[in-house]
Amino acid sequence: MTAVTDTRTEGAVTEPPAPRRRPRRGNPLWGVLAWLVGGLFFFPVLWMAITGLRAESDAASSPPTVFAPPTLTQYREIFDRDLLPYLINSAFASVFSVLLTVLLAVPAAYALSLKPVEKWRDVLFFFISTKMLPVVAAIVPIYLTVKELGMLDNIWTLVVLYTAMNLPLAIWVMRSFFLEVPAELLEASALDGASLRVQLQHIVAPIVSPGIAATALICFIFSWNEFLFALNLTSTTAGTAPVFLVGFVSGEGLFLAKLCAAATLVSLPVLLAGWVAQNKLVRGLSMGAIK
Amino acid sequence: MTLTASTPADERPPRTRRSGRRRPAPTVEPSRPLTSAQRMVRRIPLLPALVITIVVTQLPFLVTLWYSLQDWNLQRPDERGFVWLRNYTDAFTDSRFRDAALNTVTITAGAVIISMVLGLGCALLLDRKFFGRGVVRTMLISPFLIMPVAAALLWKYAMFNPTFGLLDALPGLDGIDWVSRFPKASIISTLVWQWTPFMMLITLAGLQSQPGDALEAAKVDGASAWQTFRWITFPHLRQYIELGLLLGSIYLVQTFDAIFSITRGGPGTATTNLPYYLYQSAFNQTEIGYAAALGVVTVVGTILVSTFALRVVSSLFTGSDVMAK
Repeated sequence: MTAVTDTRTEGAVTEPPAPRRRPRRGNPLWGVLAWLVGGLFFFPVLWMAITGLRAESDAASSPPTVFAPPTLTQYREIFDRDLLPYLINSAFASVFSVLLTVLLAVPAAYALSLKPVEKWRDVLFFFISTKMLPVVAAIVPIYLTVKELGMLDNIWTLVVLYTAMNLPLAIWVMRSFFLEVPAELLEASALDGASLRVQLQHIVAPIVSPGIAATALICFIFSWNEFLFALNLTSTTAGTAPVFLVGFVSGEGLFLAKLCAAATLVSLPVLLAGWVAQNKLVRGLSMGAIK
Repeated sequence: MTLTASTPADERPPRTRRSGRRRPAPTVEPSRPLTSAQRMVRRIPLLPALVITIVVTQLPFLVTLWYSLQDWNLQRPDERGFVWLRNYTDAFTDSRFRDAALNTVTITAGAVIISMVLGLGCALLLDRKFFGRGVVRTMLISPFLIMPVAAALLWKYAMFNPTFGLLDALPGLDGIDWVSRFPKASIISTLVWQWTPFMMLITLAGLQSQPGDALEAAKVDGASAWQTFRWITFPHLRQYIELGLLLGSIYLVQTFDAIFSITRGGPGTATTNLPYYLYQSAFNQTEIGYAAALGVVTVVGTILVSTFALRVVSSLFTGSDVMAK
């Protein structure tokens, strides 16, 4: 990767090299420092994965043994403790809430961008203002209402709450993609008599589809990791992965290796999704403000 | 692997759609007046999302307001009664509430500021070309992708634990019970570890959208690296830093997972922030009325802060999508 040179300079012996966009290369020590810092931040993640592959006695030794024989015992044990239903609940709540969020956010973002309703600006800021109100302030009535409806410990409760929780973010991100649709193209096609369906399919969809991926990724991360609602509104049947993790610790004896195995496993879906879709992450996290 | 150069919304080249038309209406459409039927049709795609948001996020706040005026403990349901503002006067004379409010500010500000400084440092490192940049970037964003509860437990048991934690293995640091001796610092470190990547991603996007010619000109004029950063990079980066601080604060003011998993608010009330205190009042003491009042106070506090924050947001978007179209 370092060997990528500016091809423009090749063969241009007489001329000075074309100006690069910015001075990038410098003292190689900066690269070394970047690796060190990266390693430092990554180390706890690595340590978690390694510890999960150890025997409990090796994990609890002090000072820590660096080279202990790897074993899958801990993974077997956490599945014996019924991790699977929790993982399934997490997947169910995340996938369905992401689907619902996208289904609701795409039309809403359309109505706030390409064919805007009146007062679209107020509506947009209303959505973002709901993100600024702390969730805990609503938890008491939500808990009592859910209890009244007999929906405690029901996975659909989490689906609905996660959908509402992610909607504002999803609308903002989707809207930033709709705004990239060139209006001239829409107008020209309208003059040519293209129907709304044709317009949506051939002009809007190609530009907006990557937006759906970015939106789905960010909503998935937030739903998968959500803890406060899951902790208070579920117990055994609808409990999600983070609930499993905290319940797990109160156990007996040595548990560090098992805890790390479980923590690695439940973090893996988001970790992989985030690694694969790195460049979509910024746009989602900044609510579409950064392209 | 290279990053896609990101352009902030307000620096994108002007599009004909926006600049080419001389109309005041902030719409994409030509500004011929719509009939009321057309207006109704336009609202339809918006309505489901709007209704769900209002029902699930706004109605509960109104109900919270109503509950907050009542003396209501779930364990003594027959003693439920209307007490006007007594829960509020109780809250303001409650030293635990004041501690919680103060802790919220300390933990949020500490975590947001430190992770911004570190995140900016990481972004500056990543903005250079070096061997394996993509790998380092991937490593750096990883902490943010770990489930918060998992991250908190990892730090509590695998890092801070006085007998088998990793910090214990460092020379001179053995046997220190980090979590009970430095509870706030432990919480803040865990949050900083998770949120530095977030700040890095945002500031890196800012760095990579810098106009190259200004940097080139500075170089030609013989500006030092520090001068270039101070007078060219930093002013450009400012709005990105503000955005990072704003979004970081919105999320971190609600910190619950880390406190629940690492300290349970303790020792004493040393790490009890408002969300955790409210949780305790509502679910441990089942004081619905009092918890609701705490919720209202938290919301009012957040509104005060976010009115300011919203102004920052508007200025961030000025000249771009939201404000200037």
